[in-house]
Amino acid sequence: MDTTVVVLFLAIVLLTLVITFFAAKQTKSTGDFYTAGGGLTGWQNGLAIAGDYLSAASFLGIAGAIALNGFDGFFYSIGFLIAYLVVLFLVAEPLRNLGKYTLADMINSRFDAKKIRGAAAFSTITIVLFYMIAQLVGAGALIQLLFDIDYWIAVLIVGVMMTIYVLFGGMIATSWVQITKAVLLMAGMVIISFLVLMKFNFNISAMFTEVKSATSHGADYLKPGLKYDDALGTISLMIALVLGTSGLPHILMRFFTVKDAKTARSSVITATWTIGIFYILTLFLGFGAAIYVGESEILSANPGGNMAAPLLADAIGGNILFAFISAVAFATILAVVAGLVLSGASAFAHDIYGQIIKKGKVSDREQMLAARYAALAVSVVSILLALGAQNLNVAFLVSLAFCIAASANLPVILYTIYWKRFNTQGALMAILFGLISALVLVSISPSVFSPVEGAALFHGDPIFPLENPAIVSVPLGFLGGYLGTIFSKENDLKRYAEVKVKAHTGYRKSS
Amino acid sequence: MNGEHERVETLEKNEIDYVEVAKSSQFKSFIEGKRKFIVPLTIFFLVFYFLLPLLTSYTTFLNTPLFGDISWVWLFAVSQFIMVWVLSTIYVKRAASFDKEADQIIEDQIKKGGNS
Repeated sequence: MDTTVVVLFLAIVLLTLVITFFAAKQTKSTGDFYTAGGGLTGWQNGLAIAGDYLSAASFLGIAGAIALNGFDGFFYSIGFLIAYLVVLFLVAEPLRNLGKYTLADMINSRFDAKKIRGAAAFSTITIVLFYMIAQLVGAGALIQLLFDIDYWIAVLIVGVMMTIYVLFGGMIATSWVQITKAVLLMAGMVIISFLVLMKFNFNISAMFTEVKSATSHGADYLKPGLKYDDALGTISLMIALVLGTSGLPHILMRFFTVKDAKTARSSVITATWTIGIFYILTLFLGFGAAIYVGESEILSANPGGNMAAPLLADAIGGNILFAFISAVAFATILAVVAGLVLSGASAFAHDIYGQIIKKGKVSDREQMLAARYAALAVSVVSILLALGAQNLNVAFLVSLAFCIAASANLPVILYTIYWKRFNTQGALMAILFGLISALVLVSISPSVFSPVEGAALFHGDPIFPLENPAIVSVPLGFLGGYLGTIFSKENDLKRYAEVKVKAHTGYRKSS
Repeated sequence: MNGEHERVETLEKNEIDYVEVAKSSQFKSFIEGKRKFIVPLTIFFLVFYFLLPLLTSYTTFLNTPLFGDISWVWLFAVSQFIMVWVLSTIYVKRAASFDKEADQIIEDQIKKGGNS
């Protein structure tokens, strides 16, 4: 490990600890802990959303996927971005108007039933755990490569850091870590893209010509179909990507950190620009890596292509840029896992402990304490799971998390806001159908069963043919909500009138 | 006894009748305006988005060269980004007028308990 890498790595650690120190002093109430007291401005929250969303899978994974698979790698970039139109048009503002800390709060603004809060909290925790294991295992492998340390030490470093941010600084620390990371990440992306483009005198067409002969795929590299040659599989993946974002708990939670729907909206705009520019730049990173690092070297560093971006930084910017990009990758992982811990903790402490067990009768001090215990528990459990999962192929867990979010959370969110006839039974069935179908279909899919020994979790023939089951499980989530509703007579129109008026006008009794 | 009875009455008076608010023509036209704006655009961007995997999976005409080695599929992919920025800008512009309508409803309807 060389000195520049160590210095930059320590600088990031120090910077985030300073942020946590100041955030801890401002974290006085439960509201501060979960939602930074609702005090973030639009641009701050927008950058924090970008920081929460652009995971190592986006930064390193997509750059690698484009480097290795050309156009097909770019599918992810497009899906991840268009998802924000769904968030902006359908979800962000009503969610902000109805919710307090969690997704379950928002659904419970219409239905009081504890079982619904429980189901929503359970689906949140499931998504958080899957997403977290994928992030931590990825982080461990990556830091191992970047800094040449053991896997378990790498996981522990990331795990301890995320625990410190959330435990002491709550949402304020988490938000500022995410904002800092978003700025660093964008700076790194712009620098590398600029250097790549400079090599072609900013002639994009020349870059396309060059990349056409740079890989073993030849002209096919620039055409779709290199990786996703199966139509249903491609469409199913695109469904999960575009609909999943609006059901991801750590993204939804970010809309409670602003004061009103208007600020929620302006934060989506900042996020959309940042994330959009980021994903356009992934193209230059991917092409750059294919040309200046080369396919065989990318594959030999990491078969998934995760090292493409850092290797490209080394090839065109030398050691200092490599160190900077490695440090950025580290910051990226930290910001995402911190957001995940916080949303997992809120489901445990606020929904399950505070609302279901204690029926809302807890003092602010007790709530804070519960939130911190829950954050600690979520962290410890995910660190242990990640340590145990080192040799498993867990890359599919991220798309599984998106798939559950799209199948279990999005249908119930949309029905709650927009469907008059919707009722308690429907809400419960929407969550359960979506969650169970996504889990079952993935567990019998090629992501879990592969005829090639070692390629997936288990050896055998998959029963379900698609890696990502969204094309089946999302409609099942909607169907569950519909059937549950029509088979139950209950329908509280008075309550819906209240929800509808509040969701659309932003009126709150207390304010 | 009497005092307590009065308090209950004022509480009831302050209770907002959301059903009345929701039934008011002001609120109805507000929701209708929102629907007419959001539904067509949502359908549009979802269709535009899913056209990409549909066309790349079932046809090959997007592979036709457009400019040098850049084919139509790349233009279509980049146009997805431009669509996001254009639609989100349009949304924000339009939402500003929805905000005004919403504030008006809060003033005219909700603060009067929904009985106007």
